Amino acid sequence: MTAALTLYRTTIGKKAVMAITGFIGYGFVILHMIGNLKIFEGAEGFNEYAHFLRTVGYPLVPERGLLWTMRIILLASVILHVVAAIQLTRLDWASRPRGYRETRRKQATFASLTLRWGGLAIFLFIVYHLAHLTFGLGIPNFGGHETAYQNVVAGFSNPINVVIYIAAVGALGMHLYHGVWSMFQTLGLNGPRTDGLWRGLATVSGILLFLGFSTVPIAVITGIVR
Amino acid sequence: MNLTLHVWRQKNAQSEGRFVTYQAKNIIPDMSFLEMLDVVNQELILKGEEPIAFEHDCREGICGSCGMVINGYPHGGHRGTTTCQLHMRHFKDGDVITIEPWRARAFPVLKDLIVDRSAFDRIIQAGGFISANTGVAQDANTVLVPKQNAEAAMDAAACIGCGACVAACPNASAMLFTAAKITHLGLLPQGQPERYTRVVRMVEQMDREGFGGCTNIGECSAACPKEIPLSVIARMNRDLLVAKLKGVN
Ligand code: HEM
Ligand code: SF4
Ligand code: FES
Repeated sequence: MTAALTLYRTTIGKKAVMAITGFIGYGFVILHMIGNLKIFEGAEGFNEYAHFLRTVGYPLVPERGLLWTMRIILLASVILHVVAAIQLTRLDWASRPRGYRETRRKQATFASLTLRWGGLAIFLFIVYHLAHLTFGLGIPNFGGHETAYQNVVAGFSNPINVVIYIAAVGALGMHLYHGVWSMFQTLGLNGPRTDGLWRGLATVSGILLFLGFSTVPIAVITGIVR
Repeated sequence: MNLTLHVWRQKNAQSEGRFVTYQAKNIIPDMSFLEMLDVVNQELILKGEEPIAFEHDCREGICGSCGMVINGYPHGGHRGTTTCQLHMRHFKDGDVITIEPWRARAFPVLKDLIVDRSAFDRIIQAGGFISANTGVAQDANTVLVPKQNAEAAMDAAACIGCGACVAACPNASAMLFTAAKITHLGLLPQGQPERYTRVVRMVEQMDREGFGGCTNIGECSAACPKEIPLSVIARMNRDLLVAKLKGVN
């Protein structure tokens, strides 16, 4: 326990928390994207999937037991990730009170330099996204998970939502294009032999998640999914 | 060739600094960057002005004292090159060059281009050592070191403590320097007894000095005149996490 607390006191410990919670988020977005693609199975298939999420594990665990366990883990992860992000960002910004007149970069990427802003965009999106498709803000005849398919179709028939959604998953793709490689580095699971592997995984993850998530709103707005 | 220099001038740690423009005349391409500054300084001295203060010692790329940011890059941005080893042939007649000191809270400017890097010394003092018995030395060949460890340790040991990694890092983080020292000692048999206390103490001191955290951007390694690889940082992270799992505080 003392070790865990003294670890968190260090910048590396805070980063390790970001990496572990980021890994949980990474796993979640992959499963979430795969689940979303079930929209192409039609209303019945998709709503059945929404139902499945509530009954999975039953009767071993209470109904919705696994769903709520996951929700709590995810909520805790986001909170820890954001708190550590804010603490580290404050330290990082304080470390150079006076900047350079001229700065050039050799290694930095757009993704690595905008991690904080991408993270902020993702955070705002999570709030909006929950309000929109979980609580039904702005969706006529919102029927909760019973009508998950109809909610998605209604939600994305408005182009503004489609634009916000695609921008947000773009930010997510960027965040993970740097973040997935970074988390292995942070946890000390990287070395000269694995570097290319994690770099590749991060690139593929960023691109596939962006494409996978964007497919659904585009399919709705173009009328492929009705 | 003739050059225009915008140089950071600051009287002492307390005073406000500013950029001053100088003309560097009749510079020969074979001169090093520091020799070019020597020429400018000679002229300033003849005019009765205060010469530009910069730190230098070996002038052969091994002491780490000559750091300055040249046109936005620490040490001028040529691969594996310190400022003293940067030659004027990389510039051309009429170039405008901006010269600034390292910028980091943990590296306060002492005068002009000279910063106080003693934060690095304190990180070393916190754990950058090994214990050695006195008495008769044992036969060197009795301690075996795997070749790849010997080479990786040697690569990490090449760090000259110049601070370019801190200067280049968007977070002014000292992770590359600290990790180079931890890797250099931690890969060798002689460094094992203190391996885990070392990483804990050195990281603690690094944070205490007010350096930023690492966001794995990689500018440090790209700026490092000794080309210390980013993998040393992963190794330091791993050692710290293992140390905490072992309960080292
Ligand atoms: C689904 C949501 C998210 C996922 C999957 C995710 C994933 C990740 C991953 C894997 C990392 C790399 C960790 C490392 O380098 O060890 C990371 C870093 C980071 N994330 Fe997130 N993140 C998410 C949301 C957020 C949010 C909401 C914020 C902030 C409001 C945020 C801010 C940051 C910052 C600032 C870093 C860099 C930390 C550092 O290097 O010091 N992220 N994220
Ligand atoms: S790691 Fe490289 S840039 Fe940093 S102090 Fe050592 S030699 Fe200089
Ligand atoms: S003066 Fe020694 S490294 Fe440049």
